[in-house]
Amino acid sequence: MAEYKRPTTEEEFKKNFKQKKPLMNDTEAFYEASRCLFCYDAPCIKACPTSIDIPLFIKQIHTDNITGASKTIFDSNWLGNTCGVVCPTGVLCEGACVYNHQDVPPIQIGRLQNHATRKAIDTKKEIFKAGIPNGKKIAIIGAGPAGISCACEARTLGYEVDIYEAKELPSGLNIYGVAPYKITNEEVLDEVEFLQNQLNFTIKYNSAITSKEQLQQLEKDYDAIFLGVGLGKTANLNLEGEDKEGVIGAVEFIEELRLKHHQISIPEKVVVIGGGNTAMDAASESARMGAQETVLAYRNSKDNMGAYGFEYDLAISAGVDSLFNATPIAILGNEKVTGVKFAKTELIDGKLQTNMNNVFTVQCDLVIKATGQVKQGSLYDLIENLDAGSNSILNVNTETFQTSNPQYFAGGDAINGGAEVVNAAYDGKMAAQGIHQLLNM
Amino acid sequence: MIDLSINFGGIKAPNPFWLASAPPTNSGYQIMKAFDAGWGGAVWKTLGVPVINVSSRYGATNYRNTRMMGFNNIELITDRPLADNLREIEEVKKYFPDHAIIASLMVESRAEWEQIIKDVENAGADGIELNFGCPHGMCERGMGSAVGQEPEVLKTIVEWVKEASNIPVITKLSPNISHIIDPGLAAVQGGTDSISLINTIKSIVGIDLDSYAPFPVVDGKGSNGGYCGPAVKPIAMHMLKDLAQHPEISKVPISGIGGIETWRDVVEFILLGATSVQVCTAVMHYGFGIVREMETGLRQFMEEKGYQTIYDFAGKALPNVTEWKHLNLKHKVVAEIDANKCIGCELCYISCEDGAHQAISLSDDATNRIPSIIEENCVGCNLCSLVCPVEDCITMVKKDDGAEHVTWNELSLNDKAPTTFDDDRAGGKGHFVPKPKDALNL
Repeated sequence: MAEYKRPTTEEEFKKNFKQKKPLMNDTEAFYEASRCLFCYDAPCIKACPTSIDIPLFIKQIHTDNITGASKTIFDSNWLGNTCGVVCPTGVLCEGACVYNHQDVPPIQIGRLQNHATRKAIDTKKEIFKAGIPNGKKIAIIGAGPAGISCACEARTLGYEVDIYEAKELPSGLNIYGVAPYKITNEEVLDEVEFLQNQLNFTIKYNSAITSKEQLQQLEKDYDAIFLGVGLGKTANLNLEGEDKEGVIGAVEFIEELRLKHHQISIPEKVVVIGGGNTAMDAASESARMGAQETVLAYRNSKDNMGAYGFEYDLAISAGVDSLFNATPIAILGNEKVTGVKFAKTELIDGKLQTNMNNVFTVQCDLVIKATGQVKQGSLYDLIENLDAGSNSILNVNTETFQTSNPQYFAGGDAINGGAEVVNAAYDGKMAAQGIHQLLNM
Repeated sequence: MIDLSINFGGIKAPNPFWLASAPPTNSGYQIMKAFDAGWGGAVWKTLGVPVINVSSRYGATNYRNTRMMGFNNIELITDRPLADNLREIEEVKKYFPDHAIIASLMVESRAEWEQIIKDVENAGADGIELNFGCPHGMCERGMGSAVGQEPEVLKTIVEWVKEASNIPVITKLSPNISHIIDPGLAAVQGGTDSISLINTIKSIVGIDLDSYAPFPVVDGKGSNGGYCGPAVKPIAMHMLKDLAQHPEISKVPISGIGGIETWRDVVEFILLGATSVQVCTAVMHYGFGIVREMETGLRQFMEEKGYQTIYDFAGKALPNVTEWKHLNLKHKVVAEIDANKCIGCELCYISCEDGAHQAISLSDDATNRIPSIIEENCVGCNLCSLVCPVEDCITMVKKDDGAEHVTWNELSLNDKAPTTFDDDRAGGKGHFVPKPKDALNL
């Protein structure tokens, strides 16, 4: 059942997409910070993909050294502000907090982190400087978290950096893909602007790199090239009727939602196909946009969903209904979608089997496919000696992030097939260090 | 039936909870409210020749999320005319004839002492408290702690006062002195009926990092203040113990002051010999209502222990507070970690490792964050149990069988204590200590 009224204004949209991790005020941050035990060899640091010195920045917040706290955070993670709110902290730092073993709420590390970095961003505090120019240049393809992170790190090492971005705005999925109740567009853009102002890297928008000629030019003009290209469009399911009006990919759906907010219209009945975090986001968003009925359909059981439990719970609490062990076999309707035909599945000897004798239909006006994105294989084909494996996920050296073509480096979803913003931020930073190491050998 | 009433050196009160001479006792209005809330007595804010106060008077020491763990002030004695105060004393006594009103006094000359004593007696005060403690402002003019620090002067003034007074006299001592026995003994020898302590401790609670002036900042400058609040309780209790154990001084009752906020504080002061307690900072922080917690807690304690009056347990801890040389060197405790309660913060490990005796080890298995005690290295110092954030997770377990009892005093008398720099009898001889270079993981 619908829990949310259809938003017709920006105010109503904001209400429906209330921030899950709202900004902490000074008092709340002070008291929350005071709870930190300053553990030895702290588990939260180990649980953070970027190894932020969490007890240190919390202590710095507590002693009113906000600049120091933001520096501690950004020193490990160039997207520290975004990560503070979009990271699945419950399964990372906060999940590792020792208070969990005492049935005491863990320290709200993500919100504290966001509190500190937001202060630095809002006050335009200068905490970083570009390194002394070393005369070398790096091209970065993709201004997503991996690319931005790589750019920042490379700038501190003295490289000239140009980012080539296919779209109009920076930060990739942070602005085009993360659910709007996790972060606002302003928050994302402010962080990039903050970094760009201090580190002076160039982002060339609407500059997709799609041809061999363009790549050859980059290879000539730059000492190293970083591929932070993420993943592509939602993959086709190859279902009968998939081309009907009213069938959309989750990535495309979320992108439109992030940019247009209440101006997009959601029909009465929506089916979301998939069991990953993106499916949970899309379902949640559909419900928050006022759909009367949102059904989340996953072909396997609840226990086998790829999504985090809390993401599923969030979708359910938004009023989403779930349907497990149901695989779509056809999209129904004439020109427009009228429903999805499902077949029940069951796990037999560890293999998911579709039972074509048990078929049913769910009526709907919109189908959102959250069943994975295609890889950027066509781009990779244009680069010589680039080992993209059979699944188009780039192979890189785990320390230097260098690909099989020595001039190319890569990070983010392009090398992991789709993970968290924090993983991309780590990859980009490490890749810049890898480039630095290899160019100075 | 529990009876909380006291007779403190001739001053009667329905309970031992008194307000110390301080801002909460600045007016009759406040004291009426306090008595109504349950306080048994009040020491009126010090009367004398009225002063002029500065604006910006208090500073605080906060610790983590705790405000006013320590508190200091540069406020002086009353700045209100004596006649106003006297009129209000008289009025409060009319409403609360059974409650104790003690007039705190601070003047200079003998003639002034004699005059002001007559005035407060006429107003109906039940007793007098001599303020020989104020460590800021007044001491610059030869009063307050300037007197408390000079036992001979203190004794002389107590003698003047006793000669002039018909009501009981409490002498309030300053802690800003090396040996509290000296002024304590001088007060008793001067004939005081009772003692109260401690007054505030000379302090600077903080420096403003922009103006470089101490708090509280008065137009760009500051002055030392008088420190009080929970932070000073350990110092106060030690001084109380010194007086309460002294054979001559302990003949007079002692009113305990210094960081008292809860029933536990009250009980601890009484166990160390106090038979009235005075409170200021807790009231300045939480208001007069804080007495509810103190009274219910004290009653509960007395009920559980079977005491009728506070005199049943006053001073009961004193026989157990001894000199270090009389402690049993054969007593041995070792830390024990309850693995079921441990949350894996490893603070015990790092505190022992860096701050004590390297007697806690970590598991080789990175997924196991529960530290282990290396029993042979553990000296039983307690540090790990003190830093552990989980209640009862680390306990100190007695390891000796109680058969042996040897003190330093006994060793010395029998010529068995270490006497040379490299004496074989040194306690740490042969005790495990890692090699210096092990610190660097070379």
